[in-house]
Amino acid sequence: MSGLDTTTHLVYLLSAVCFVVGLHLMNSPATARRGNQVSAAGMTLAILTTVVVLADDKSSTATALAVLVLGAAVGAIAGAITARRIAMTAMPQLVSVLNAVGGGAAALIALGDAIHHHGSLPLAQVPVSTTLTTFLDLLIGGVTFSGSVVAAGKLAGRIPGRPIVFRGGHWANLGLFLVALACGLTYTARHGGVPVLVILVLAALALGVLGTLPIGGADMPVVISLLNAFTGTAVAMAGFVLSSTPLIIAGALVGAAGAILTKLMADAMNRSLLSIVAGGFGTGDGGAAAAPPPGGTVREATPDDAALQLAYASRVVIVPGYGLAAAQAQHELVALAQALDENGVDVSYGIHPVAGRMPGHMNVLLSEANAPYTQLKDLEEINRVFPTTDVVLVVGANDVTNPAARRPGNAVSGMPILDVDHAKSVLVIKRSMASGYAGIDNELYTNPRTAMLFGDAKAVLANLNSALTAYITAGPG
Amino acid sequence: MSPMLFADFTVFVLSLLVGFEVISKVPATLHTPLMSGANAIHGVVLVGVMLLAATTNSAVGYVLLFVAAAFAAMNVTGGYLVTDRMLEMFKARPRDVRK
Repeated sequence: MSGLDTTTHLVYLLSAVCFVVGLHLMNSPATARRGNQVSAAGMTLAILTTVVVLADDKSSTATALAVLVLGAAVGAIAGAITARRIAMTAMPQLVSVLNAVGGGAAALIALGDAIHHHGSLPLAQVPVSTTLTTFLDLLIGGVTFSGSVVAAGKLAGRIPGRPIVFRGGHWANLGLFLVALACGLTYTARHGGVPVLVILVLAALALGVLGTLPIGGADMPVVISLLNAFTGTAVAMAGFVLSSTPLIIAGALVGAAGAILTKLMADAMNRSLLSIVAGGFGTGDGGAAAAPPPGGTVREATPDDAALQLAYASRVVIVPGYGLAAAQAQHELVALAQALDENGVDVSYGIHPVAGRMPGHMNVLLSEANAPYTQLKDLEEINRVFPTTDVVLVVGANDVTNPAARRPGNAVSGMPILDVDHAKSVLVIKRSMASGYAGIDNELYTNPRTAMLFGDAKAVLANLNSALTAYITAGPG
Repeated sequence: MSPMLFADFTVFVLSLLVGFEVISKVPATLHTPLMSGANAIHGVVLVGVMLLAATTNSAVGYVLLFVAAAFAAMNVTGGYLVTDRMLEMFKARPRDVRK
């Protein structure tokens, strides 16, 4: 090992330590930002070290270096601009897009490396460890790339969020997987060369698209998390192809992170990963068993009534959902909470693990609007509070509050829910009586203790705010 | 299995375990930033793209290299910046400690 080699490896090790320490610091909101900065510092070190390695290695062509710098510049600028401009509500689809490009880059590394071997070395002399990891990288990276693009499209509303199911879909997926497997094993056995890899890539891309389309929007958080784990694994495989330790370490770390998150989220919805990946959830198949008692009436409230009810309460719990994100109403909501808080009402937010489109999506939105994170409570904590709560204000959340989940035989059965119906009264802000992603009616709305405020969350909350301000300034009578 | 491959494989398995251990303690509040932060970390794929550049010497190779470099660089910069933007918002407000 030359002096430079030793230094390089030591700096790569230091980068890996930064990644681990950075992730560790993300354990607590107080140190999370520093954690990300430590991880970014590790990344900068790793990239700068590789620049030195490239500069020292005289074998690379001038064209390759120019292409590399140009490509990296284009990507970096695109990434920086998007990251700065994107609205907080569009965060999930951006994460999905960044995941897609990461997986895509990992797959391209394996493809580029195979093409290089193709030109310089007979395939029979390439070690099996390289051909095997090339196969795995292309399969996982390809599925991740197209799957993440479809997931982002569903989250952004460019592709319908409803499950898109077609006859024989599962058989088509199985067929594609078998094609990919056959190509992969052929290449692993060092036959066929690059053309076989191209078929493998096409099969993997098709598998990613067809595999993600049947999955409903409600399951997208779990899918993104799963694809995140896939990208990590693909990057680790690229690390094996290039024998690059930083790729192996960072890829494995992310693979583990995605796997843990995926499990946490699937558990939170009380669904098995298998049934999520099988798709079709949200078609309302189980709707019959979940139908609310016929003749249930829906009571509507005016903003003035609702404001009065909130002002008189001693404890209010706010339950936000995707409707809040869609209406971009987080600032109005937090302003309302703040006004109530200053008026002596005990205010907290009850956040379901899968509210919104990503775990913690609601926390990010509310934090953006300056809600103190000490007021943000998770499912278990807040369910103990509901029986002593005067008013629950549900803003654009649906399935996560549906009491039907406590009964078997419907699409949300068994999912842990926020027990908002245990509170003394419930106010629901909702655009219409339309059902949520699970495709079933919410019997909470016909509960006699529930009053509905129909309309766009942003407009309704603005009305509530002005009604409340008018009431407070007039002074309670 | 060559000693080097074995060393790589060891590192892979141990890194997986470290990942499980470090990440399973993160509270739900931080799941989105964590996912985004982990996303940024797999931007290390840029290092791989740079290593690939050292051996690229064909027209097809250059095209792949360009796309891979753009993808990887977008992953790194976008990932870290957007995570930072999210985490910037997680501040304990001074008004929490009032009363």
